[in-house]
Amino acid sequence: MSTNGSAFVEINGVSKWFGDLQVLDKVTLNVPEHNVVCLIGASGSGKSTLLRCLNMLEHVEEGEIVVDGQRLTHEKVDVNALRRKIGIVFQAYNLFPHMTVLQNVMLSPRKALGLSRDEAEERARPLLRRIGLEAKANEYPDRLSGGQQQRVAIVRALAMQPKLMLLDEITSALDPQLVADVLELVRELADTGMTMILATHEMGFAREVADKVCFLDAGRICEEGRPQQIFSDPKEARTRQFLSRVLEAEKLQ
Amino acid sequence: MHAFHQVIHAFFNPHSYTLAMPDVWAGFQLNLRMMGIAEVLVLVLALGIAIVRGLPGPAARPLRALAIAYADFFRGTPIIIVAFLVGFGLPGLELGYISNRSVTTYGVIALTLVYTAYVTEVYRAGIESVHPSQRAAARSLGLSYMQAMRYVVVPQAVRRVIPPLLNDFIGLQKDTAIVSVIGVAEAAQSAGQFSNRNGDFPSYVVAAVFFILITIPLARFTDHLVAKRERLERAAAF
Repeated sequence: MSTNGSAFVEINGVSKWFGDLQVLDKVTLNVPEHNVVCLIGASGSGKSTLLRCLNMLEHVEEGEIVVDGQRLTHEKVDVNALRRKIGIVFQAYNLFPHMTVLQNVMLSPRKALGLSRDEAEERARPLLRRIGLEAKANEYPDRLSGGQQQRVAIVRALAMQPKLMLLDEITSALDPQLVADVLELVRELADTGMTMILATHEMGFAREVADKVCFLDAGRICEEGRPQQIFSDPKEARTRQFLSRVLEAEKLQ
Repeated sequence: MHAFHQVIHAFFNPHSYTLAMPDVWAGFQLNLRMMGIAEVLVLVLALGIAIVRGLPGPAARPLRALAIAYADFFRGTPIIIVAFLVGFGLPGLELGYISNRSVTTYGVIALTLVYTAYVTEVYRAGIESVHPSQRAAARSLGLSYMQAMRYVVVPQAVRRVIPPLLNDFIGLQKDTAIVSVIGVAEAAQSAGQFSNRNGDFPSYVVAAVFFILITIPLARFTDHLVAKRERLERAAAF
């Protein structure tokens, strides 16, 4: 973990509204390169919106975001070029159902980076091998289990060789027995030094992989710190409340 | 009972069928040509207009308005009137090339104008039915708006609208008979002439059979396409 130099991702006083509802409230967060930051918090606390702002899928109304020295919130930013550096994986996988697994992974290297079919395939196949799905390369996504689809969605993002990965509750739509494989892949990514910001409900996993955990509440970062501190010794009453509720829910399972 | 037999004879006299067949067939080849050309034009133009109508942002507002005005006008005007406007209007304008086409070409133009307006709406419904998360996924991978449309949204949209698209094509095929009012010697027109000469109606039945015969294979082919796609994309469990 390196924290020297300016942060790879700088989020400065970002606010956002959906109509009258404020969904982000002056969020400030710095993520150094090779760090993993976990966003935790109840549904509707702003985790997903923050990730979508980082990928310019949502418009930031106030504040600024800088990724790898480029200001995202600048009006003249080349959105497509910046997105090539930032991979995002969604809760619902969002694979393209009319394309095979291989085509899903090859599409943006070919069309956004201009690689030839062969070059794109050379990039895609090892990635599919890595997740043990090379045999499924020519299947359509609907024939795969949720866990397999999510792993394909992750390598589809990796095929662009991003410098930052955003993972938006990627295990929330999965059956419990399928979660492990997906988390294993994320763990591997963390080990290789990928800079990642993930919104998650998997507290055990957050404690294990995160360099920093942020607890979001009503669009604000209510508390942030090292995972041990947040999970064992939360300072804020709201954090304690949230964690005890989550713990109870886990016991019931 | 006598009147009944007369009607039967007037429509189903076997001898007239053999006589009417070549005339109507000759006319029907014009229908086939008009259908073929108009269908290709409609498929391409309507997709373009549907995409224009969906363009985001204030800069595209005039284009969107134009697309809407186009659809409103040509969906609202009876095709027979469009045929008159095109078939008698364009030659009268003395615009050189445009004003010196055959009536068949004007027929194709009228059909294309009207059916493009319908099919634009069909495409648009298809494009809107593709979940926004698909577009978000495509854009997040660094594809431009147009690339996301081209590779992700439109292919899914088109697959979904194949049945209603076919429906409009059957309409178009039959309406090749209507544009004959500007003087295209197609099947219905030829059948009418034959009927006047011969004093009976088998020529109309022959023309009807031709129209039906080309509709059925198209319908079955579409069913086949849809089913094949389903088999490929859907999970084996279903």
